[in-house]
Amino acid sequence: MSMQSNLDTLYRQVIMDHYKNPRNRGELDENDALTINMNNPSCGDRIQLHLQVENDQVVDAKFTGEGCSISLSSASMMTDTVKGKSIEEALEISGIFSEMVQGKEYDDEKYDLGDIEALQGVTKFPARIKCATLAWKAMEKGLDE
Amino acid sequence: MFDVQKVREQFPILHQEVNGHPLVYLDNSATSQKPIQVIEALEEYYNSYNSNVHRGVHTLGSKATDGYEGARDRVQSFINAKNREEIIFTRGTTTALNIVASSYAKAKLNEGDEIVLTPMEHHSNIIPWQQVAKATGAVLKYIPLQPDGTISLEDVEETVTDKTKIVTMVHVSNVLGTMNPVKEVGEIAHNHGAIMIVDGAQSSPHKKIDVQDLNCDFFAFSAHKMCGPTGIGALYGKKELLDDMEPFEFGGEMIDEVGLYESTWKELPYKFEGGTPIIGGAIGFAKAIDYLEEIGLENIEAHEKMLVQYAMDRLTEHEDVEVYGPPADQRAGILTFNIKGVHPHDVATVLDSQGVAVRAGHHCARPLMNWLGCTATARASFYLYNTKSDVDAFVDALVTAKEYFGDVYAE
Repeated sequence: MSMQSNLDTLYRQVIMDHYKNPRNRGELDENDALTINMNNPSCGDRIQLHLQVENDQVVDAKFTGEGCSISLSSASMMTDTVKGKSIEEALEISGIFSEMVQGKEYDDEKYDLGDIEALQGVTKFPARIKCATLAWKAMEKGLDE
Repeated sequence: MFDVQKVREQFPILHQEVNGHPLVYLDNSATSQKPIQVIEALEEYYNSYNSNVHRGVHTLGSKATDGYEGARDRVQSFINAKNREEIIFTRGTTTALNIVASSYAKAKLNEGDEIVLTPMEHHSNIIPWQQVAKATGAVLKYIPLQPDGTISLEDVEETVTDKTKIVTMVHVSNVLGTMNPVKEVGEIAHNHGAIMIVDGAQSSPHKKIDVQDLNCDFFAFSAHKMCGPTGIGALYGKKELLDDMEPFEFGGEMIDEVGLYESTWKELPYKFEGGTPIIGGAIGFAKAIDYLEEIGLENIEAHEKMLVQYAMDRLTEHEDVEVYGPPADQRAGILTFNIKGVHPHDVATVLDSQGVAVRAGHHCARPLMNWLGCTATARASFYLYNTKSDVDAFVDALVTAKEYFGDVYAE
């Protein structure tokens, strides 16, 4: 595959759409929601994730932060994906996502992965995998607690 | 006569394609490439006389010792140190600065003493001092930056007081390319009874260093940014200061007498070189110095000035590219920038797709990023083997990045 088409796979239209028009950007009331701060110390990206969890369900998710198109679009997609899922489901999807971006075999049938499959392109850019996983790691950290 | 094409022939790594384009390596401030002479010197050492130093009675041991101690002489002459025992081999600039922080500052500083530095320091010249401050009760004071990322001597005068015990500063900023007037700052420090430490990681590869002329008390630098191998650097320190310091690491090589409960140390420089030293690295370091001196540091500096001037001139055509730091004639060959609306990681990824290697991120200078008001930047940094056509390829790739993201933004 040529480098140009590799680039196009990395920066899929749907990714740029999430980057330009992020879903769930903002904050949630600290009294109702968990707040998780996560940095990528090697590059300076920062995300603050807010998760509202009730009865083992993620009822709402919002994020703020600074980062590249990959990390912010991934945060946008992740918050969209986990809303309405149980903790167990959210963590399972996170595991599937992690396998996908590392270029491993992943289960694309159990859940409707929707937009997040667009991030598959990062497998060709090893330096960018950490960008894609930042928000997901924040979510895992929050739900593990 | 400086001939960049001839220089390029000495660097095997440059002659390859990356992502279908000729490699344009502009990440020299992170680490430089190595000329064939250095690679061969390492090969020769490991192929023919690898041995431990200072103790082998055998032939290879003597040869290795000669190579290692000869390297110390080369480093001494390279920075014009007065005495050879003022050169301590370290793992790099970070270790060198940590030795000063740990063995000098932690022992000498008291509560209320001041350590003066700038917000443009690399993390390796900030965090050791934060640790010293925590351990001793000393306080950190920062010299403010001018809008163009330089410092003024008036501000230095205002910041340094009789309570100041240490002034420490980058010689050349790894982000802005600012060249600091460390000699003049050192005079101010000395007038107040403080010592002057210079982080020379970004200056030693590009300009002639004379530690006696600078009259600094410590000078730290790394081989890998100046055509040498990774894993080795040097700390220069004035003899009377080093003599009065305790070792940094304890163990083999650095001892004089060892008893069950007490030990004594070797004389300088060995008391600071615990463990088997970085023998191959030192030999490669010396060869890199031979190489740079053969080309001429003044030629290298002039070549880089030409490149950075050319690059900045070309970038003025692009209003949406913001370049940080002082004007070209006041900076080293470092160009830190952002393209409006495109994150530097995305810029670097597109540049890489065109074979152009740059750094993107915070460059281990978080406080400076805060000062610039951004979380990250992209950086192109030049060295002796870069050409004007490298700059052209870089600017073309920036245009590609702008168009690429312009298109995706436009929908």
